[in-house]
Amino acid sequence: MFNKKKKNNEKELIIEDITDTAEDLEESGDEEKDPEESESSEEVIKAPAPGEVIIDMKGIVKRYFIGMPNELEVLHGVDIQVRKGEFVAIVGQSGSGKSTLMNVIGALDRPTLGSYNLDGVDMFKAKDEDLSAIRCKKIGFVFQTYNLVARTSALKNVELPMLYSNTRRSVRNKRAKELLKMVEMEDRMKHTPDELSGGQKQRVAIARAMANDPAIILADEPTGALDSATGRLIMDIFHRLNSEQGKTIVLITHSPELAEETQRILTLKDGLIVGERKGRGKAV
Amino acid sequence: MMLFVENILLALSSLRSNKIRALLTMLGIIIGIGSVIAIVTVGNSLTNSVNSSMESVGANNVNIGLKQKEKENEITESGYEISGRSFEYQEPKSEDLYTDEMIESLKNKYPNEIKEISISEDVGNGKVTQGDDYANVSVSGVNEGFFVANNIEIIQGTILSGKAMEDGKSVALVSDYFVDNLYGGDASKAIGKKVEVISGMKYYVYTIVGVYKYQANTFSAESKKDTVTPLFIPIKTAKDTNHSVSGYSTFTIVVNAGVSSWEFSKKSANFLKKYYRNNNKFEPSGFSLESLVSTYTDMMSKISLAISVIAGISLVVGGIGVMNIMLVSISERTKEIGTRKALGATNGSIRVQFIVEAIVICIIGGIFGIIVGIGGGMLAAKALGFSATPSLSSIVVSLLFSMGIGVFFGYYPANKASKMNPIDALRYE
Repeated sequence: MFNKKKKNNEKELIIEDITDTAEDLEESGDEEKDPEESESSEEVIKAPAPGEVIIDMKGIVKRYFIGMPNELEVLHGVDIQVRKGEFVAIVGQSGSGKSTLMNVIGALDRPTLGSYNLDGVDMFKAKDEDLSAIRCKKIGFVFQTYNLVARTSALKNVELPMLYSNTRRSVRNKRAKELLKMVEMEDRMKHTPDELSGGQKQRVAIARAMANDPAIILADEPTGALDSATGRLIMDIFHRLNSEQGKTIVLITHSPELAEETQRILTLKDGLIVGERKGRGKAV
Repeated sequence: MMLFVENILLALSSLRSNKIRALLTMLGIIIGIGSVIAIVTVGNSLTNSVNSSMESVGANNVNIGLKQKEKENEITESGYEISGRSFEYQEPKSEDLYTDEMIESLKNKYPNEIKEISISEDVGNGKVTQGDDYANVSVSGVNEGFFVANNIEIIQGTILSGKAMEDGKSVALVSDYFVDNLYGGDASKAIGKKVEVISGMKYYVYTIVGVYKYQANTFSAESKKDTVTPLFIPIKTAKDTNHSVSGYSTFTIVVNAGVSSWEFSKKSANFLKKYYRNNNKFEPSGFSLESLVSTYTDMMSKISLAISVIAGISLVVGGIGVMNIMLVSISERTKEIGTRKALGATNGSIRVQFIVEAIVICIIGGIFGIIVGIGGGMLAAKALGFSATPSLSSIVVSLLFSMGIGVFFGYYPANKASKMNPIDALRYE
C-alpha cells in the first residue's frame, strides 16, 4: 500500500520534471535526480542553458576482461566536466586511454565504475537500445577515417542518422541538403565516398554528425589523415560550429597545436586526467 | 516501415556493386525454383491434355474382358516352374465367351448404373476403291450401344438399329473422311450407295445408311487420304462374316453419371464371375480408364514429389549459399556496421537491414527461377506436344518460399551483424 503510494508520487515527480523548465532542472541538480527519471528522459528534449554541465563524468573506471587472468584497467578514475557550448580538447599519447575514453564518452562502451551523466541521461542505467538512441540523437561522431558508408551518396550519408531517428523523408532530405551546404559540399551531394577527397569526405562526415542536432560533437583525430591545409579547413568548420551555432565539441587528439586552438585542454596520461589548462580559443 | 524501403534500396545497391557474386549466389535458388516451376508447368499441361483426351475417349466407360486364370504353383508339362506361375496363352473358345444372356442379366442386375452396353467385333482392314479414289477402312461389327459409348456423332443418315441389327443386314456407317475421299465431301450422295470392301482375298458389299464424324487422333501424322477410318456394320453381320462363334470376348459398359466407373468395373466383373465358376481357364476382368487416370495422377504426383525433393535440396544448398555470402558481406562491411551503430542504429535495425538484403537476394533469385522455370516448362510442354499452362499458385508459392529462405538463412548472419560490438566494428580494417 505504502509502496504503491510512493511509486505514484514518483510518477508525478517525473511528469513534473518533464514539464519543468530548464531553470527548474538546474535547481534540482544532477545528484538529486530521480533514478527513474533518466529512463524516461530519453523522450524529454531538454535544452540546457549555455554553461550547464552537459558531460558529467566522475571517477570513471574502465576495465576489460573482468574476472579473467588478463584483466586490464585502462581508465583509473577519470573526472571530466564539459559545459554546454564549450570546445574542449582531450590530448594524450597513444596508449594513454584516449580511445577508450572516447568510446565511453560516445556511449559506444559502458564504463565499469563511476558515474556518467550525458545531457541528463544516466549512462549506467541505460539499456542497449537507450545507448543506440543516445548515439543517435545526442552525439555526433567525426572519425579520423571518415567512416562514410561506401557506395552511398554524400546526401544519403548525411541522411543516415536521421533514418535511425525516424525522421520523415522530406525533412531528412531538406536538412541533409542544408547541412551539406553549410560545409560547402552542396555541389557534390550525389557523389559517393570514393569520388571524394579526404577533406571532402571529412566535411560530409561533419555534416552527418550534425544531422540530428546532437548535444555534443565528438571528434576523434578529425584531421589525422589530412594534410595541414585541409586540416585547417576542417578545424575552421569546427570553430564555426562552436562559435556560430554554440555546439559543444570534444576534440580528441594527440596534437598539442590543434589542442591549443580550443578553449580548454585536458591531458590524459596512463588512464588519468593529469592536467587541465586554458587554450587560446575564446569561450562563447 | 520507412527503414524497410530504405533497406530494400540499400540491398539493391549492395547487390549492384557485386553483380557476378550476387548472380552466383542466386544460382541455387534459381535452379531450385526454376525446376519446381518447370515441372509444375509440364505436369499441368500434361494433366490438362490427358483430361481432355480422356473426356473424348470416355473415361466413364467400363471395359469387361476375359483374363486367363493363373495356375499357381503348378508344374508345367515341361517340368519347369516359372516364378511360381505358369502362363500359356490360350484363345478363348466358344464356351468361354460372354453370351447375350450374360450381358442381359448384367443389365437387369444394375439397371440404375448401366446406361448402355457396347459390343464390337473387328472384321478386318480393307480398301474401298472407286476409279482413282480410294479409302482405307477397318470394318467393325458394332451394336447400338457402341455409338453411345464412343460419343459417335451421326452427320447424315441413321445409326445401325432395329431390324437391320437383328437381321444382320449388309448395311454400313462410314466416316466423313470416307465421304471426303470418295464422294467429294457430299454426305447425302453417299447414302444408299453400295460399296465394295476388299479385305485380304475377299470382298464384301455394304449399303451405306449413314455417315458419322470421325474423331481424328491428335497425335496422328497421317494424311486424311490415308487415314484408316472405321466402317461400322451390325455386329450380327460381322459375326456371320467371320463365321465366328456366338459370344463376345469383350464389351464396354457405359455407366450413368455419378457412378464410379472404376468401382463398377470391379462390381460387374464380380457379378460375371458366377458364370465362370466352373471355367478353369478364364475369368471376367473389369477395367476402366478412370483407373488409368488415377494411375497417371499417381505417377505424376510421384514424379512431382521426386523433383520437388531435388528442388528442395537445391533450395537448401542455395539458401546456404546465401547465408555464406551474407556472412562474407557482413565481415566485409564490419566497419560500415560499426559506423551505423555509432550513428544510432539499434541492433534491431542492423538485423532487419541484413535480413532484408538476404530476402532481396532470394526473391530476385526466385523471380529469375520463375522465368527460367516457365520458359523451360513451356519449351518442354511444346516439345511433348501439349499446350503449356503455367500455374499462378505455384508462382505465388515460389515467391513466398524464396522469401522464407531469405528470412531463414538470412537470420543467422543478420543476427551476427546486429550483435557486433560497435567499438570492434569501428576499428576493424
